[in-house]
Order: sequence, then structure tokens, then C-alpha cells
Amino acid sequence: MDIKKTPLFEEHKKLEAKFGPFGGWDMPISYSGIIQEHNWTRKSACIFDICHMGEFIISGPKAAEALNKIVTMNVEEIPLKSCKYGFMLNETGGVIDDLIVYKIEADKFMMVVNAATTNKDLENLKKHLPESISLENISDNIAKIDLQGPLSREIIQDVLSVDVSSLEYYTFSSYNFLGQENIISRTGYTGELGFEIYVEVDKAVELWGKLLSDERVKPAGLGARDTLRLEMSYPLYGHELDDNTGPLEAGLKMFVDLEKDFIAKDMLLKSQQEGLKKRLVCFKVNSRRAPRNGYKILKDNNEIGAVTSGSFSPSLGYGIGMGYITPEYKDAGTQIKLTDSKVQLEAEIIKRPFYKDGSLKK
Amino acid sequence: MTVEKNLLYTRDHEWVKIEGNQATIGISDYAQHALGDITFVELPAVGKDIKQQETFSTVESVKAASDIYAPISGKVIKVNEVLNEAPEVLNSDPYNEGWIAIVELDDLSKKESLMDAVSYEEYLKTLD
Repeated sequence: MDIKKTPLFEEHKKLEAKFGPFGGWDMPISYSGIIQEHNWTRKSACIFDICHMGEFIISGPKAAEALNKIVTMNVEEIPLKSCKYGFMLNETGGVIDDLIVYKIEADKFMMVVNAATTNKDLENLKKHLPESISLENISDNIAKIDLQGPLSREIIQDVLSVDVSSLEYYTFSSYNFLGQENIISRTGYTGELGFEIYVEVDKAVELWGKLLSDERVKPAGLGARDTLRLEMSYPLYGHELDDNTGPLEAGLKMFVDLEKDFIAKDMLLKSQQEGLKKRLVCFKVNSRRAPRNGYKILKDNNEIGAVTSGSFSPSLGYGIGMGYITPEYKDAGTQIKLTDSKVQLEAEIIKRPFYKDGSLKK
Repeated sequence: MTVEKNLLYTRDHEWVKIEGNQATIGISDYAQHALGDITFVELPAVGKDIKQQETFSTVESVKAASDIYAPISGKVIKVNEVLNEAPEVLNSDPYNEGWIAIVELDDLSKKESLMDAVSYEEYLKTLD
């Protein structure tokens, strides 16, 4: 399969980005350096090319009711112009994808999904949506650029001349700029105040250039996106979530409405009754060394789990990570070891998130 | 990408500066650039015997951990402890402040396997 390029690929080349593959796409990993980009997002604002992610429009009479059977959050309770995070599950209760549903009109929703899972998600929706509901994959027509950082609200105001000051966390609206109506939502993956901007694909370069012309804005790649989300202990599909892992094991019950019916709800209830077999935990290392995906987690020399994500934390100055362990050891304060064949790190389980000073709800 | 003139280089992008029976070791500008932001350097123990082409240090960046191979054999007599607190010096000044260790050379060191600056520059052109 050919590796895909976003409409901003040439812009990234001009900026001399380092590229890497992600979810079938050739994506910018960093420009000036991951730590610089990370710190600039926490201090000012950065733009991220997120065009690789997928978007679907789901519409038709009783669309909310139909969608509600497929996702874990309660779609019928989403207010107009609000969005909600949740999951699509397979029959065994594993996560097909984590996603956000936007309520655009009473019977019209946008679903935003991960890049690598777009086709799998589409298949699952086709399989379960009734024929009366229309499902449109608009991923190739929509460019998504995220602006994240404490100054992002003023920057949008100054650069695009639109007032997003009334947008609450996890709401969105349609705004006129670049000669068309575009959705801006107050959402993100960094723990900072931030916005996700959706425009027609042929407006991507213009929007990128406009935002970048403001000296408070720098470009950031997927490297910084990963360290920023990890400091917030946000899950990344393929690491903390996958087809064999359920949302309860990941500690994400607040995004699952067990009061309504949805695919594999019975499996979740069963796993809860029987007791969860593993739990996601956060841990900090007692040095600058980073645990890496796949490291074993040991307690008193017994293997109790494995690391799913790990990095040096630029904001905190030490190694941090997440991983699944046997539930009995999940409490904060537990001392553990993280090892591969060459490295052994001392770590302590802590309460999420790692980073608590973000401007997210400012 | 800069290549410092008076150093010898390996194909794995370490550099070595030989003065008498001592050699200072580090990584090249190409290496630090490829690694990205360096967050941790595991320094070898002083007194340790290191062998040419064997791992003697590990450098971690945000994205990955990479082994550093000894460009020369000998006994470690000094390490750059600045790197414990400020590993980013490896990015900002790989040829001077970012040196990793000084070794006392032993007779087994094969200098002929190392490249001079001109050859190393040619070698870099063959990489993309």
C-alpha cells in the first residue's frame, strides 16, 4: 500500500521537518526539535497537521438512536454543537477505535476517528447502521489543523477574525473564514487550551500559512503531540487501546454509559462482574531515562505487566509511562521496576495525569 | 551538518580525537541531528575497559534509545559528568562540550578502521 501524504506535505518539507510513518501516512515528527515544540505548546501555541485523521458524516432520521447502539457514550444526550469522546467496541468488548462524535444538527453527526483505523471504523459502521441512515466518509475532503496552547484563543481571534471566546470545552461552532463556513471545536490532545479546525482540503495550505504568520505560533509534529498527550495520560490507540483491550481496563469508564444499550455492553458488564484482568496505570521513573513500549513491569522480581507508552517528560524532567498490570498492584505509591534485556528502571505508580498545570479549561 | 576537521570517525557516527596515548570520544553532528533531542546519556564507569566496536554508552532521545559503539579500545579514565545534568549539550556542541569519555588507548586499537574528516564527509554523502 502506498504511504499517504497530507495536503500540507510540501509545507512541512519547506520547514525542513523530520518525517516518519504513522498510521499509513508520511507525517512530520518534528521541526525545530520535539522538546522545543512541546514547551512552546505549553507556553504559547503550536499548530499540528492532523489531516491524517478520518471524518465521517452520519445523518438521517433517528441517526442518534442508531449511532447510540454502536458507540459507548450516550449520543442522544449530546447537546447541539457539542461533542463527546467514546469508543466503538467489537463483539468481545475490545476497542475498535476511540473517537469523538460531534452533533451538528438534530439528525446529523460528525465522527472523528484515528488514521490507521479509518477503514476498520467505516466497515463497522456500515455493518451496524440501518440502511435509512446515510454514512459518508469525508476524510479526503477535510483538512484538520489543531492549534493548541494557552494563547490559542487570542491567536484565532487575531488571525482568522472569528470570536471563539464563547466556546466551552468540548463544544464547537461554524465560523466564516477563508471564504467559507468551517467548524472549530474546543478540543485537543495536549492538556492545553486548544482548538481543532476543520476546513476544505484545498484551504489547508492557506490556513496553515495564516496561522504560522503569527509569531506566537510554531509548527509541532507528532513527536511533541505524543509527549504532550502522554503527560496528560491520554490513551493512544494501538498502545493503551486495541481490539483486545476494553475501556474499563483502561480506566475510561466515564466515557461508557452502562445505562443504555450498545454493542458488547454485556461483555463489559461480565468482565466487571468477574473482575478486570488488567488495569492501566501511570508511573514515573526516578531518573531522566524513559521506559519504552514493551518493557516488562516487575514487582518484587515477578512480571506483572508491560509498558504501552513511555517517554522523557519535557515538562517534568523525568521519565514517565503507562502500562497494563495485574490489578492488585495498581495503587498509587507502589514501587515497580521496568526492564528490557539491557535496562532496569525504578519507578512508582502515581495518579493520573502526570502534568497538572495545563491551560485546558482556562 | 558539520564535520570537524581533526577528528577520526566511524561508520556509526562516533568521533575520536587521539592525543598521545589518550583518546577523547563523542558522537558526530550527523548523529546528534539524527537522534533529535537528547534526554539522557548513560556514561561508562571510570576504569572500565572498552573494546572497539562494542557498546560503551547509551544515548536516549525523546523517541528512542541508541547504543554508542567504542571507536577505539582502551580504559576509561574520565567521563563528561556535565552530561548527567545537561544531556542536551550533546545536541548543541557535539564536538567540544559534548564529549562523552576519555580513554587510555591499548595496543589492540585499530586506527586504520577509522575515517578521517574527508572520508567521513564522503561517507555521509552516500547516506540519504
